[in-house]
Amino acid sequence: MAYPSLAPSSGERTAQVTADDIDALAAGAAIFGTGGGGAVYTAQLTTERAIRENGPVSLVTVDELGPDDAVIMMSGIGAPTVGIEMLSSVEQVRTLLREAERVAGRPITAIMPAEIGGSNGVSPAGWAARLGVKLLDADGMGRAFPEATMISTNVAGVPCDFAVLSDVVGNVVVLHTVDLAWLERHARAVTVAAGGICLGAHYLLTAESAAGAVIPGTVSTAIRVGRALLTAADPVPAIADALDADVLISGKITDVSRRTEGGFVRGSITISGIGADRGRLQRVELRNENLVVLEDGEVLATVPDLITVVDFETGHAISTEMLRYGQRVAVLAWACDPLWRTDRGLELAGPRAFGYDLPYVPFERKGSR
Amino acid sequence: MTAERDLSIGVDVGGTNTDTVVVDSDGAVRAWTKQATTEDVVGGIRAGISAVLAQLGDGRSRVSRVMLGTTHATNAIVARRNLDRVALVRLGAPAATEWPPLTGWPADLSDRVLAGSAMLGGGHMVDGTPITPLDRDGIRRFIDSLDGAFDSVAVCGIFSPSSPDQEREVEALIHAHLGPTVPVFLSQDIGPDGLLERENATVLNAALRGVASDVTRALVAVVAEEGLDVATFFAQNDGTLMSLDYAVRYPVLTIGSGPANSIRGAAFLSGASHAIVVDVGGTTSDLGVLVDGFPRESTLPREIGGVRTNFRMPDILSLGIGGGTIIDTATGAVGPGSVGYRIAQEGLLFGGSTATLTDAAAAAGHGIGGRALPAMPAARREALLRAIAVAHERIEEAVERLSLGRVDLPLIVVGGGAMLVPDGLSGVGPVIRPERGEVANAVGAAISLAGGRADQISDLEDRDAAIAAASQAAIAKAIQAGADPLTVEVVEVLETSLSYTTRPTIKVSVKAAGPLSQLAAVAPAVG
Repeated sequence: MAYPSLAPSSGERTAQVTADDIDALAAGAAIFGTGGGGAVYTAQLTTERAIRENGPVSLVTVDELGPDDAVIMMSGIGAPTVGIEMLSSVEQVRTLLREAERVAGRPITAIMPAEIGGSNGVSPAGWAARLGVKLLDADGMGRAFPEATMISTNVAGVPCDFAVLSDVVGNVVVLHTVDLAWLERHARAVTVAAGGICLGAHYLLTAESAAGAVIPGTVSTAIRVGRALLTAADPVPAIADALDADVLISGKITDVSRRTEGGFVRGSITISGIGADRGRLQRVELRNENLVVLEDGEVLATVPDLITVVDFETGHAISTEMLRYGQRVAVLAWACDPLWRTDRGLELAGPRAFGYDLPYVPFERKGSR
Repeated sequence: MTAERDLSIGVDVGGTNTDTVVVDSDGAVRAWTKQATTEDVVGGIRAGISAVLAQLGDGRSRVSRVMLGTTHATNAIVARRNLDRVALVRLGAPAATEWPPLTGWPADLSDRVLAGSAMLGGGHMVDGTPITPLDRDGIRRFIDSLDGAFDSVAVCGIFSPSSPDQEREVEALIHAHLGPTVPVFLSQDIGPDGLLERENATVLNAALRGVASDVTRALVAVVAEEGLDVATFFAQNDGTLMSLDYAVRYPVLTIGSGPANSIRGAAFLSGASHAIVVDVGGTTSDLGVLVDGFPRESTLPREIGGVRTNFRMPDILSLGIGGGTIIDTATGAVGPGSVGYRIAQEGLLFGGSTATLTDAAAAAGHGIGGRALPAMPAARREALLRAIAVAHERIEEAVERLSLGRVDLPLIVVGGGAMLVPDGLSGVGPVIRPERGEVANAVGAAISLAGGRADQISDLEDRDAAIAAASQAAIAKAIQAGADPLTVEVVEVLETSLSYTTRPTIKVSVKAAGPLSQLAAVAPAVG
């Protein structure tokens, strides 16, 4: 199977994340948010600042991890409506790491994003700067997913021995749950008690257990895609090239149907082609993230492959809640990491896991039309 | 003999022109004028008011109100001019300490404005539980540490829009410590949830105190010079008015009043309550949406002078297309440059040598009466026609974006460049061109209501009580802003549900508005 490598090609390897990379990281993480993952702007502000104050972050590949290295996945969890008001404390991430080290019984030398999509893809660079640890060039999703079970380590069968949550006040909670479904349930309860927002760390990984259990190269890829977006004269084809994505359609949103259901935004948008795509019509199904693209009853792309709707002119990702009638957009689709295409990966995050009675059709790049 | 006092003067100070109108109680425009906006603002206001008073003659004694809409506050921020020094107290630490105050501000603006800041204990969680105890001593110590080197204090507490008591206690504490004349601004009065954006807006508001006092004094001076016995008001962003006292306290709320006025004025002149409004000026076209007689508000953060803010602003789409937009007659390319107010010298129709969109409209047969284009080669004429087609397309696209797919909404066209908008636009209903549309923004100022808004977060089961409480607070704010207590009413209730809370929780946001009280005397501003 021809599968595009997400690892950066030789010669453009990013060994350090500097404050000047954060604009690009944020723009790229928004693209990997595939419509969800939370707004990146606030995370961008503090991440830039943390790196300016503490110096650049060293970015290491999975292969570069040594026997003494221990990596933990980190993310912010909670309600966006709370997250715009009750922002994290400067001590919160240190409290979290100290407790994780105590439970693990060893120093933690690197952190990694649980998801590269959206704000959680941006913040870990700043946390690594504050903590003085390395940032692993990898994440647990290769995108954004809504549930704790939808994580690469779960696909790979790596056990999650513990999780730590810290809140803005200074409270810390350690969870030892029997599986990820219970982890999700307990983490939610703790988050509610903490006022709706927490930082979390879970999945302690080593050189041995990380290999094959994380999605490699995603931090540097997000920076590279973001840079293409911010610097290209014609951003949409530039992003498509950087992602190895197809532009499925360029068009105008002619219908938006959306409703809130059990904490999720569910619905669909219809896009009518303009320019060379005139006369074509595509529908994007969404639930927080963009999940399926259909044209004439045919599935063009489906989760866990990645689908992002971007502004036709600027190339900036448009999150699902910001989609509006009349917007000029392009729909990008590209292949997910091979891990998600395994039986276990599709069981956790295939179309049926999101309630679509559709078989998974692997997305292959057909090249620019 | 007691003359009837039924006339209102509306003044809109724009970047280029200061428009002034007189509207009677039947809503008829009795006098109007356009004057050039002056550097000091007051000159244009003086010229406008004196011109309409001259048109009224003996009727001038019937004027009982003057309403002013101005972009002066915006200009002060953009130019970093006459800004006050602000001491900022944020309540909620250790929460949010990852984002120190004014993170993301342009350095020249934060250096200019911030006298000092402190992140102190206090604040609330989403359900009203205190995050940490309020650090009263810390507040006093912080204020003392500044040694008087500030003009005003801004206070921003986490979740203060739904748990307002603590910010008020801090205001009382500062007044007790420094005396009651120190201006204190509370974030709950400025914006909804969104800590950094609300804090930014509160600091900008505090920084504009001096500017607001200057404009207010200027208006009062002009009114006094003319010997008018009138009540004076400022237009605010949501299309309602506020008293002068209130405007001095909340100058940031005047920043989007220009577009709001033109939407309200267009609605009034056309009689429509649901419509798309396009105001075509010399340099830009501003489009907005009229919903239930008021401008639809933006749900996105807005940048003012490079600072992200979240206070209520009309949802405006600005296009770089106006009557003075320059056309490249070789290619038909449109803009982005504009001759602006110099069109009367430089446009082809006026004997000048620069091709503008006004000339293109004339080439397409929508010119200005009594003026004709000079003879030109066919290729040049073709380029003009291409340019007007491009302008039509961009206006059509903007209208379509704002209409969100509703094709039955009328399009109300106002402003000096109205001829740029064709009658047969796809995506909307009928095109309406109201009489006096060229001064719609000043009319909007003259006919506005006084309004107020309040937010409340509560358990879903207490929904009715929350709406009642927010309504009461919004009505109180509207009355403070000058509304007649007998006729003020709730005009909008918005509900949002919150996730990750202990119990099903909603946020309600209520807006109240009403005609201005007949009495000139207005209750003092919030405090």
